[in-house]
Amino acid sequence: MSKKKKTWLETNTFHHSEFWNILHLIEEKEKQGLKISLCIPTLNEEKTIGKEIIIFKSELMNRYPLLDEIAVIDSGSTDKTLEVAASFGADTYLSADILPNQGFKPGKGENLWKAIHQLNGDIIVYVDADIKNIHPRFVYGLVAPLIYHKKIQYVKAFYDRPLAFSQGIRPSGGGRVTEILIRPLFAMFYPELTGIIQPLSGEYAVRREVLQELPFPIGYGVETSHILDVYHKWGMGAFGQTDLDQRIHRNQTTISLGKMSFGILQSFFNRMQKYGSIEKLPELSHIYKHFQAQDSDYQLIEHTIKEEERPPMSTIPEYRKKFGLGKK
Amino acid sequence: MVKAPNTINDLLNSVVSNRDQLKDIREIILANLVMMGEIPAPTFQEEPRIRFFLDRFTEAGLDSISTDEFGNGFGFIRGTEGEKNILVAAHTDTVFNHTIDHTVRVESARIFGPGIADNSLGCAVVASIPQILQQLGIELKHNVLLMGITRSLGRGDLAGIRFFLKNSKAPVDYGLFVEGAQLGRLSYSSMGMLRGEITCNIPSEYDWTLFESSGAITILNEVITKMMAIPLPTKPKATITYGSMNAGNTYNSVPTSGSLHFEIRSEQAGMVSELQNRIHEIADEVSSNTQAEVKLEVVARRRPGGIDFSHPLTKTARKIQESLGVIPKIQPSVGELSALIDKGIPGITIGITTASQMHSQNENIAIDPMFSGLAQLVGILQAMDGGFCDE
Repeated sequence: MSKKKKTWLETNTFHHSEFWNILHLIEEKEKQGLKISLCIPTLNEEKTIGKEIIIFKSELMNRYPLLDEIAVIDSGSTDKTLEVAASFGADTYLSADILPNQGFKPGKGENLWKAIHQLNGDIIVYVDADIKNIHPRFVYGLVAPLIYHKKIQYVKAFYDRPLAFSQGIRPSGGGRVTEILIRPLFAMFYPELTGIIQPLSGEYAVRREVLQELPFPIGYGVETSHILDVYHKWGMGAFGQTDLDQRIHRNQTTISLGKMSFGILQSFFNRMQKYGSIEKLPELSHIYKHFQAQDSDYQLIEHTIKEEERPPMSTIPEYRKKFGLGKK
Repeated sequence: MVKAPNTINDLLNSVVSNRDQLKDIREIILANLVMMGEIPAPTFQEEPRIRFFLDRFTEAGLDSISTDEFGNGFGFIRGTEGEKNILVAAHTDTVFNHTIDHTVRVESARIFGPGIADNSLGCAVVASIPQILQQLGIELKHNVLLMGITRSLGRGDLAGIRFFLKNSKAPVDYGLFVEGAQLGRLSYSSMGMLRGEITCNIPSEYDWTLFESSGAITILNEVITKMMAIPLPTKPKATITYGSMNAGNTYNSVPTSGSLHFEIRSEQAGMVSELQNRIHEIADEVSSNTQAEVKLEVVARRRPGGIDFSHPLTKTARKIQESLGVIPKIQPSVGELSALIDKGIPGITIGITTASQMHSQNENIAIDPMFSGLAQLVGILQAMDGGFCDE
């Protein structure tokens, strides 16, 4: 493990419990004169949206004024998502109504992008609408590193602490697409980025100065392309990540994960092209990295995986001799 | 701070505007409900819920935040004069165990979740009382003791509230128990009640050649047949509810053990004991007829009693409900109120909103009527505080 990376993991990885003192967080926010907006992108989320709004409004607006606005930006739900959200006091917007001259593209990334124009915060925190075990930590855990650390620009959530695990070392990391697609890709092309434990998590908080400079794929690739773009422009030090403990959400089918992976690959190769990496491929790394955790200590574990190759059997003299193929 | 009402009419005139003002803190109360509702709290395992109470009391800056030996949780709102103590309490345990999914679902008009009405809402309301009083600008003369009660239901048999009433150093002058449902509920008396379990065990040396020897189910059936033959008085009414029965595992093996759970209720003093004696005799009789071991165990018991319908507390509570357009539903309690009644302390139990599918996983409450329930609670507290409930 390189020394630099260990330092990033150590200094820029947080646990939400470090930020339990919300009053202090608000004091610091007010001192800096910051405004914070929460954006929840939705498409047919009537079952979970009400609870999210109630919890965030009660805990992070009424009790502790950390959030200046709570906005739901919807791609055109056919259920009661917007009605439920509005009934508990969220600002609700149809994505298509924002920046009408720019047209409307259906996709989560579209809602995230339009939020930058619609919302007023200096920091925008994005939280998915399908979280069953919603808790205020999903917001303050992501916002706090931005308030306390001026250099950090982009804070991603990761989730750990399985429901039951006996003492000791446990495997850690992301979901299936992260571990099968993203982490191997990063390990090969951007080894430093493997330090981000869950690059695909849908919860993150970002400063406006950074958001307004980023292109937004409207589909599955938005998180991956953000990471690559922020990395190229601002470097590894711009990232922070916070452990928010457990996140309970619906499980996706393998087919839908396949679609997701295809979208992510498109974004990934677009970026490779943009940054000139396709024409001059970097030396491919043979070191694969993944995470393991002990208590709250995260370690990158490295494996050397070198795919060696054998030539076609017909080029082997002994083979040619045995089967009478003659000399080549 | 608003001025305390001088007359009962002043008080009745304020309840409707209080209801409207409380809508401004709807999300605070509902957030407490969601968080409370997602903490499983089967009887004897209420600790995480009590911790949530204590966290809320700490945030609200209450005094004497503590727990006792039975795990009950407390927070104290000091009154301006502090002459008397009003207990406002909710039982924290529910009938659902940890294995049930406790995720709460919120719709525009209703909230769903196991135990959401009985009694997550009652708990959320008690935990929200500091914010409710603050929102309305109400300061009380008397002290208010907020309490999350443990070990109430089933085999808990009101152990939590009983322990507190027996050992509390501060005297309780009035009690107000909060249940999630149903709005309009007004309990001021306790019904005589007994919950019993009849067990049937067939000894291993049992003579299976005996006449009618076909196992625990038929033996318990004989017990039930004899119990159903007991004449029950209709005025005052007495009832026996057969709640559950367990015996056997298969189609073709004779069960050697089984149990029957039942509950007796009566408003007449002595009637519950009389019926208990009859059932005891039945158990002995069936036991000796069949040579199986048939036993009655009393799991919980309440004595009948309480204040009168014409007591100023019940009269005032009824008036408050009526001025909010709520129709009072008088029903005797078998809950925490009976522990208070045993101690001779005036008290009532009220409900906060309308609920349906109680005790199912789809248990749900209506959001809007909750504000009438809350305004009612505040009105009753002010009435106790203003001396409008004294005899």
